[in-house]
Amino acid sequence: MKTVVRIASGQGFWGDSLEAPRQQVEGGQIDYLMLDYLAEVTMSILQKQKERDPSMGYARDFVGAIESVLDSIVNRGVRVIANAGGVNPPACAAAIRALAVSKGVSDQLRIAVVTGDDLLGSLDELLEAGHELVNMESGEPLASIRGDVLSANAYIGSAPIVEGLSRGASVVITGRSTDTALTMAPLRHEFKWGAADWDRLASGIVAGHILECGAQCSGGNCLYDWRGIPDLANVGYPIAEASPDGTFVVTKHPGTGGRISVPSVTEQLVYEMGDPREYITPDVIADFTTIELKADGDNRVRVSGIKGRPATDKLKVSIAYSAGFKAVGTLVYSWPEALEKAELADRILRQRLDRLGLRFDQVLTEFVGASSTHGALAKRQLEYPEVQLRFGVRGLQRSAVERFTREIAPLVLNGPPSVTGFAGGRPKVEEIVAYWPALIDKTVVTTRVEMV
Amino acid sequence: MRIRLLDIAHARSGDKGDTANVGLIALRPEWYAALQRYVTLDAVRDHFRGAITGDVERFELPNLRALNFLLHGALDGGGTLSLKTDAQGKVYSTALLRMTIDVPDDEAEQCRLPAFEDAG
Repeated sequence: MKTVVRIASGQGFWGDSLEAPRQQVEGGQIDYLMLDYLAEVTMSILQKQKERDPSMGYARDFVGAIESVLDSIVNRGVRVIANAGGVNPPACAAAIRALAVSKGVSDQLRIAVVTGDDLLGSLDELLEAGHELVNMESGEPLASIRGDVLSANAYIGSAPIVEGLSRGASVVITGRSTDTALTMAPLRHEFKWGAADWDRLASGIVAGHILECGAQCSGGNCLYDWRGIPDLANVGYPIAEASPDGTFVVTKHPGTGGRISVPSVTEQLVYEMGDPREYITPDVIADFTTIELKADGDNRVRVSGIKGRPATDKLKVSIAYSAGFKAVGTLVYSWPEALEKAELADRILRQRLDRLGLRFDQVLTEFVGASSTHGALAKRQLEYPEVQLRFGVRGLQRSAVERFTREIAPLVLNGPPSVTGFAGGRPKVEEIVAYWPALIDKTVVTTRVEMV
Repeated sequence: MRIRLLDIAHARSGDKGDTANVGLIALRPEWYAALQRYVTLDAVRDHFRGAITGDVERFELPNLRALNFLLHGALDGGGTLSLKTDAQGKVYSTALLRMTIDVPDDEAEQCRLPAFEDAG
């Protein structure tokens, strides 16, 4: 058994740096490259792509990422784990297979595909069997929006990834695996942690939480001493150097920018945190109040002490549904009295929408530069050099939202003075795909692992 | 002595649906006690009154010298439903750092908390 396993994070979301995967495999010794592509909204975007073209529905960037690291996979034994499969893991695997064939390395590439998280096809069966898929936030049953559902996927844990690795895969492709399982699974595989080895499984989950947002733990978006963080242009993505006992060191390759410190890792630990005593995953409940962090040399933080508890008998389900339309329009007003002008424009716009008889579920005005992020907590200044009026509407009727988009431009000539910033043209109407979190019994979700 | 959180803590925030979380972390280990004692649930409720539609929850992480707050109804519906610039609550962290707390002088001096002089 290895005494240290190095897992590198090369992607924090779909749209993250295209260079990071290659930098992670070429910057130094690593064993695994972990790529996280999925966010809540991503699944529904992928579902729409799949409906248009049955060979789509996965994160296309992944093909380029694999191409950029293919040599290291084939010749250095680096193994890749990614939830790039989206709503179509088999198609994703086929694209990677085609790439390997075109590069003449197909024989040396073993791909495992994890499926079974996609519940869209069995949704009615589940509802009929009494699984209400109640919205975890609002308490409403799924039946109230059943007709608008676009995708439904269970968040699955580490077990199928571990299986793929133990069957010799050099690339494991999943659909809606939890972000943290992508990091925990290779540790569980390498160190032979049992399914009830709660403390160590929880340690793997914490490693996953630290790594899952890429550079957000290594100096990116870090408020602590932000001016002093060196060379963010060349920021190093994080690596977990893990030991069989579950302890690990967070670090990055030498010569890269950014900074890994107790404060930078702490900021990432509290990101998107709920009740810290119970960070619930399909594999284990991790207790974040047991995490001990210690500086361990230059750009190294040692993580230890983590306790875990048995997992629940539920899986979280990510359901995306169509929820109407929205549009946001902006105009910029300049000194003098920039804010007052923007406020007048807001009142005029509201009167005009009212007169047109347009009704919306939500109308929101923000004054960017004055109060859009901190609201009334930001003190009103005597003078602003400029203020952006940002006016948004949301409703179920596309026509009303569409009509609204025609009311911004006229303000340039028939509203308050000193107005500019309309170069972008009319606001775009966006179809809203909203997120419906629910729980389901673990017993009704069956994952499968296929070597292709 | 009046203390501004920006001067004794750093923070990061994120979202879960219509809830924003703010993790508040002491800049120095010895300053955690002041956070723990004076950044109370009621104080944070007051700070965000009018800005959020739901309640606040508070959790302590003495191991990380941090507090975690859940601000419910903070994101205008959250995710893609939200019309807010900060639909994912990324900068609620800095809104909390605007908050001030009152710490007894002897206690503040003992752990060298920096006093906040409000310029305006």
